[in-house]
Amino acid sequence: MEEQIVHLGRTKTYMTVWLSLLALTTITITAAGMHLGRFSTLTAILIASTKASLVLWYFMHLKYERRLFKLMFLIPIATLTVIIGLTFFDIWYR
Amino acid sequence: MSDKIVQSAHFDYTGSKLGMWLFLFTEILLFGGLFLLYAVYRSLYAQDFHNAAQGLSTALGAINTIILLSSSLTMALSIVALRQGRIKYSIVLQTITILFGLAFLVNKYFEWSGHIHEGIYPNSPELLSRSHGEILFYGLYYVMTGLHGIHVVIGMAVIAVVLSFTARGTVSSESFNKLENAGLYWHLVDIIWIYLFPLFYLIT
Repeated sequence: MEEQIVHLGRTKTYMTVWLSLLALTTITITAAGMHLGRFSTLTAILIASTKASLVLWYFMHLKYERRLFKLMFLIPIATLTVIIGLTFFDIWYR
Repeated sequence: MSDKIVQSAHFDYTGSKLGMWLFLFTEILLFGGLFLLYAVYRSLYAQDFHNAAQGLSTALGAINTIILLSSSLTMALSIVALRQGRIKYSIVLQTITILFGLAFLVNKYFEWSGHIHEGIYPNSPELLSRSHGEILFYGLYYVMTGLHGIHVVIGMAVIAVVLSFTARGTVSSESFNKLENAGLYWHLVDIIWIYLFPLFYLIT
């Protein structure tokens, strides 16, 4: 039988991630109040993606999963990117 | 001892997790389709979306963000506690996670009631008198936060079931994959809100 050692998360790591998520929430609200114009959406998406990555990597344990899980996660992301990209090609250049 | 080995030999830990992740991918694509609609309409009706977003309370959205982020923390910690064999502590943390979910929904209830009281709901005369983009904004707002809300309810129900398993000992420090998979679902619901919050509440 294949031995399965499953990594145990550490309380301290989770607390740090949580505090970072709260800090990023404050930053995104502050950034929205600064009226960055055409960069405001990009800033909001980048901060949200940083938060989502923290949740995925630590809370959802992806960091400690075998490579298969990490590679598999690229599939829905690539699919979404293609769908959104192609749709915007249609909208902008129709 | 020998009992345990026979049982675990029939259990595929990686397969169980793989299945959960595959399901989560379908959820990502489900919400992804809605985010696509949002992106297209926002690019076509930027000014209307900006005006309509003024009607949403950033404070309520921020409070709900903090609630969900904290619930993700208690969820993750409940798995650590379970695996360390601190069953009671894990049960407390799972209960707190469910209560955070409930707090999120109560907040959402007051938020939606406020909009509905102002006459802003799908197909309402007040909303239909507004511009095309604002109608689309509130349509997407109700569908996306509504679908997300349903996911919060399902997540709470799933954690409640795992909680009862934990209390009965079916979920334990040796068999924790059910709690982990419930956690994966709960974190995904959190991630979706991480995107919904800036896209609806923080448009400038």
